[in-house]
This record gives sequence, C-alpha cells and structure tokens, in this order.
Amino acid sequence: MELVLAIGIGVLTGSGVWLLLRPRTFQVIIGLSLIGYGVNLFIFSMGRLRVNTPPVLQSGALVNPADYADPIPQALVLTAIVIGFATTALFLVVLLVSRGLTGSDHVDGREPN
Amino acid sequence: METAGHLMIMPIVLPLAAGAFLLLLDERRHVIKAVISIVSALALMVIAIALLRSADNATASLGAATSSVYLLGNWPAPFGIVLVLDRLSALMLVLTGVLALASLAFSLARWHKGGPHFHTLFQLLLMGLNGAFLTGDLFNLFVFFEVLLAASYGLVLHGSGPLRVKAGLHYIAVNLAASSLFLIGVSLIYGVTGTLNMADLAQRIPAVPAQDRMLLEAGAAVLGMAFLVKAGMWPLSFWLPGAYSAAAAPVAAIFVILTKVGVYVLLRLSLLLFGVDAGATAGFGDSWLLFGGMATIAFGAIGVLASQAVSRLAGFSILVSSGTLLAAIGMADARVTAGALFYMVSSTLTIGAFFLLIELVERVQDPAAHVLSVTMEAYGDEMEEDVVEQEEVGVAIPGTLAVLGICFAACGLLLAGLPPLSGFVGKFALLTAMVRPDPAGGDVIAGSTWILVALLILSGLSALIATMRAGIQIFWAPIEGTVPRVQILEIAPVAFLLTLCLLMTVQGGQVLRYMEATAQYLHSPADYLRDVLSTQPIPRPNAPRDK
Repeated sequence: MELVLAIGIGVLTGSGVWLLLRPRTFQVIIGLSLIGYGVNLFIFSMGRLRVNTPPVLQSGALVNPADYADPIPQALVLTAIVIGFATTALFLVVLLVSRGLTGSDHVDGREPN
Repeated sequence: METAGHLMIMPIVLPLAAGAFLLLLDERRHVIKAVISIVSALALMVIAIALLRSADNATASLGAATSSVYLLGNWPAPFGIVLVLDRLSALMLVLTGVLALASLAFSLARWHKGGPHFHTLFQLLLMGLNGAFLTGDLFNLFVFFEVLLAASYGLVLHGSGPLRVKAGLHYIAVNLAASSLFLIGVSLIYGVTGTLNMADLAQRIPAVPAQDRMLLEAGAAVLGMAFLVKAGMWPLSFWLPGAYSAAAAPVAAIFVILTKVGVYVLLRLSLLLFGVDAGATAGFGDSWLLFGGMATIAFGAIGVLASQAVSRLAGFSILVSSGTLLAAIGMADARVTAGALFYMVSSTLTIGAFFLLIELVERVQDPAAHVLSVTMEAYGDEMEEDVVEQEEVGVAIPGTLAVLGICFAACGLLLAGLPPLSGFVGKFALLTAMVRPDPAGGDVIAGSTWILVALLILSGLSALIATMRAGIQIFWAPIEGTVPRVQILEIAPVAFLLTLCLLMTVQGGQVLRYMEATAQYLHSPADYLRDVLSTQPIPRPNAPRDK
C-alpha cells in the first residue's frame, strides 16, 4: 500500500511540476491542481497509513490510542483542500481576465516570436 | 486573563469584523466605507502600541512571564492553538499598524475607488498579517498565510490593466506553488515529531532519533523555502520586483510588510527550533541563510543600479533589505539580530514611504521619459488620468516640488544608510555588531563576515547612485509648466512614515534598547517554551465537577 501511495503522490506531483513550468495558463492551473492533490495525499500519509482504524475516539470508555488513526492530518487535509479549492478558483478568474485583456493564453500575455 | 488579556486577539478579530461588515455595504458608498476602514486601521495601531507597551513592561520584572499567551478555545498549549505575544510579535504588529494606516490614508485620495472591495481586501490582509505574527502554531500560521495571500491576490490586481493582470498571474502562481511547499514542510515535520505547536516542537526536536533527523531537516528546509519565496531570497525572488512595481502605490506600500512576514517567520523558527537548545540540529540552515542573504544583497544592489523606472528601483530595494535581514539571521548572534531588527523597522518604513512617494513624483515626470520604463503601462491610460484630474478635491499644497524633493532626498538617504537618518543607525548597529568580535569567541572574524560587511556598504552605495540619478532626472529635468497637483492627503502619509524614521533616529537609544531586549529573548528560547507550555486554561465558572 505504501508503494502504491508513494508512486501515486510522485506521479501527481511530477506531472504537476512539469505542467507548472509550461507556458500556457491552462497548463499552469492544471499543474497547480495536480500538485495540490499530491500534497493533500502526502499530508494524509504523514499520519501513517492504517486500515480499519477510526480517527475519532469513543467517549466514556478507556481506549487504547494505538487502535485509532491520527486525526490531525485528516483535519489538516480538510483545511488544505478547502483553501486549495478557493485559491484555484481565484487563479481561474485571473486566468480568464488575462485571456480577455491580452487575447492570449500565454503566461506572459503575448505569444513568443 | 481579564479584559486586558483579550486585547491580544483584537488585532485579528477587529479587521475580520470590519472587513466582513464592509462587504455588506454597497460599493457606491465610498465615504462610509472609507471611514470604517480608516477607523479600524487607527484602532489597530492603537491596540498594537498598547500591546507593545505591555510586552515591554512584562519583561521588566525578572522571573515573571515574558510573553503573554492566549489559549484559543481554552485548551492547554500542545493540544489547542495558541496566540503568543512577545516583544517581536508586538513590534511586528506595530509596524503593520503604522504602514497600514499610512497606505490606507494615501489610498483615500483616489486609489480606493479604483476597483471593487478595496477596503474589505485591505482589512482581511491586515487580519492575515496580524494572525501570522501572533500565532504559535505551524498549521494556524499556514491558515493566516493563506488569508493574507488570498487578500493580496485581490489587492495586486487592484486598479486592473494588462500589466497588473500579468504581474498578478505570476505572483499568484508563484505563491500557490510556495503554499504547496509550506504544506509539505509542515506535514513532514508533523510526521517526524507529532506536533505542530511551535513551543512543543522546540521541546521535542532535541529528542528526535538520529535516523529521523534527516527527514526533520528535509521538512524544515522545504518549509523554509516557502518563507524564502515570500521574503524574496535570490534565486526565488524574480517575481518580486515585477509584481511590486505593477501594484497600485498604496498596495505596494503595504506589500512591503509581506516580505517581512517571511523574514519574521524565519527569524522566529530558526531561533526557536534550531537555536542553542536544539541538540544535534542546532544552527540548521544558518549558513544557507547567510550565503543566500549575501547573494540576495548582491542581486538587489545590481538590480537597483539597473532599474530604469523608480518603482522597480523600490522593488529591488526590498530585495536588498530582505537579503540584509536574511544574512543577519544567518549570523545567529544576538547583537546582530538586535541591529537587524532596527534595520528592518527602518527599511520597511522607508520603502513603504518610497512606494507612496514614487506615485507622486511620477506625476512630475514628462510622460515621454517613460517610454522605456515598464511603469508607463501600469500607470493606466490617458483617459483615466483625465477623470482623476477632475475628481480631485481638497487643497493642493504650495511648493509641491520642494516638498516632494525633500521627501525624495530623505528616502534616498534612508535607503543608502547615510547619516543623519535611521537608515544609518540601523546599518551602523548591524556593522558594529558584525565586526566587534564576540567576547566569548576570540578575536577572529570570519571571512564571510567581511564579505557581508563589504556587500552592505556597496549596496548602500548603489542605492545612493540610483536614487541620485533618479532624483536628477525627475527634479532637475525641465518642467513644461505642469507642476503636479498633490493633495495633502497624499503627501501626509509619506511625511508621517519619514517622520517616524526621524523619531527612530532621535530616540535611537530607546529603540535599540528594545531591540536588544527582543534579540536576547529570541536567542534564549527556553523562556518562550516555559511561558507557552505552562499557561493554564481558565476554569469555567461553576463548572460541574467531573463524574
């Protein structure tokens, strides 16, 4: 499972970085989104990969923390997803404005000669 | 934790409430929006000064808590998020408040009508800044970072125009990538240590087993990259001059503090996490900061000389300032840190005033002289100019050119670090601390220190040459009967910031004493740890006993 996840994160981030370095704004935004997914998976994996372990403790009873998954990375991922979504939407608007103002989808606002 | 204790959270709550309320008002009600915004900024500055005084007095009595801690949600430190107010964060709050007030007042002359929701974005930016300075939790820092960045994305586009949109596009892309690095760094550090509270982290780092240390250092390095992008260290800084010179003048002025957020976090974290008590990882990253800072100074100084437009000159001055601060942090010496703090305050005020002033002096310049410079595009088309001319109300000050010239000369002196203004005091404090050998460490001064000293002096020279050249072009060029109209509302913030620099010179001893106390405190992180981790939650009134 670790290997699959690691390869997944690597592929997402690698493709994201490649797209981020491309000259078209649409490629940049897709690249940033892919990096965002990779990073979110990475945060999640920092709580260690566990199967069949709930993150929320039972109230009242005395529990063994080893039977539970670390809830903090899951909470962090939620925050990161929300923030990433908002900033991607904002970037999308700027992208459209740039396209409208310059008539080009190049990141520098003009076609290279 | 009575009313005085709750004052600590006001720098976050007040701009949030003001910003949210401004959103409800119709966009056409300029006056009421401006009043709310300026009252909020004024209140923030007063609160920040009150907090600074309390932080300064707290340390006067020995043995007492040296920093106040605010438990959000009333959970004790490693489990809940805390706000920590010490001398450094109080200083940054005051700096933010002063700069915000000046740029907001400046924007009221015309810029605040240049696009929708200017005041809301401005207040949210202040909220993010104040939160980033106050928080004692790494992930909370990320959240406040995103708040201030999201607001800054809106502000950098304020006024619109192709050049701003292009610069904004680059700015947003770079900062989104940096935010990803921030998250990777934070989660790596969490994966190794199992905590996000800064004080708890500092406590656990010496106990990290040797096989995990590399992972921890990798996490810290990735995290550091995010802040270095923000602070503009070479080679992560190519976005900065373009974005800052394209932004509207009041926006660029408040953005000067954004680079200082990166510097602040690096200063805090490098001394807290990798300070004297950190065991095997002590001093991690210091040489990177030192040499990176030196490269940044060199790049900035060359950029200052090469700038055609004055606003790009100001952008590169920010890089010089950042580089100086980063190199000073890399020295990891309490006396150097004290000088660096003084320099930081002085240079932030100066460059803020300079960005505001540039907009005014560019009205003097013959538009034809602009053809080469990039700023021409940023300045908007002729149509916009005409509309603004008609809109202007208030008294145009007499002797405009004389006043502008004096302000410009003062900015030049401050940037170059020449006497008699505070730029000189700051640089002098830095240089003396560097070349005065440590009484404990023998008489040897490292070669890198000499290079840094030389770079600092050369960067001052390049700033002097560049501002003199720009001054000659602007003020000695023949003016064809068009003395610019400058409102009092526009020149007053510039004068306010420059007067503060003057005050810092006159009260130099007092200010330096405060900076030295701050630096001493930062270099002995044990106090911070004790204060944060020992703060107890407030017991609930009539709390039912357990069971």
